[in-house]
Amino acid sequence: MANCKETLEELEPYIDGELSSDAKEHIHGHLDGCVDCQQAFEFHLELKAAILRKVNNDELPPGLLMRLESCLKEDFDGDGTVGDPSDR
Amino acid sequence: MEYAPQLYSTALRMTRNAADAEDLVQETMMRGYRSFETFEEGTNLRAWLYRILTNAFINRYRSKQRRPMETDLADVEDLYLYKRVASLENAAATLSAEDQFLDLLTDDEVKSAVEDLPDTFKLPVILADVEGFAYKEIAEMLDIPVGTVMSRLHRGRKAMQKQLYEYAQARGLVEDSQDSN
Repeated sequence: MANCKETLEELEPYIDGELSSDAKEHIHGHLDGCVDCQQAFEFHLELKAAILRKVNNDELPPGLLMRLESCLKEDFDGDGTVGDPSDR
Repeated sequence: MEYAPQLYSTALRMTRNAADAEDLVQETMMRGYRSFETFEEGTNLRAWLYRILTNAFINRYRSKQRRPMETDLADVEDLYLYKRVASLENAAATLSAEDQFLDLLTDDEVKSAVEDLPDTFKLPVILADVEGFAYKEIAEMLDIPVGTVMSRLHRGRKAMQKQLYEYAQARGLVEDSQDSN
């Protein structure tokens, strides 16, 4: 079974989903018997989830889609016009 | 076009400015349309667009030299935030201190902590933590080895954690570590 140091070295690849199923099993084997490492892993999984939730919520500026339609000559929003309908 | 909101959000983190972010998304979509024949059917369209976005950002801002790409970061100890939050947990004798700490951070604080990283570290952090790309995809986008992606992520994340803790200290959510006890 891996020790704490070896396990913590795999923390980031683990939370990033980069480990093979064998390597993950190895980690789980250690975490099952080590509360300290288990808490560290849980904290970093929660931290990664919190970052995603708090960072990934910007609204697309209303004018940008129309600007893209005008540039690319495509009706992306399916409103039957290319660009800003109020321009016609 | 389904990727426009995500691309915009990433561009906003990269440039820290709404007007620049819009320009960057426009440039990305234009380049994507013009070079669509180079997109290989069956590969990941989102990763391909992000590669264009990343290159557009690097070219634009490296040539302008507004901020250097290669900036070093102070070294931060491993498990920086975890160790501090875990000690809060012991002090407060509550099991939910970690969740509370993360919940107390505002969206703006987390956004700033990401945006304030030097670009060298910010790009891998955004691409991994926000966009969820695999190390191999990030390596291809940034044209660096996978090992370099991992080391930049490691250092960038620690610097970001330190910043988040400092925001919490500044708001008085946690005590200054020197003053505790």
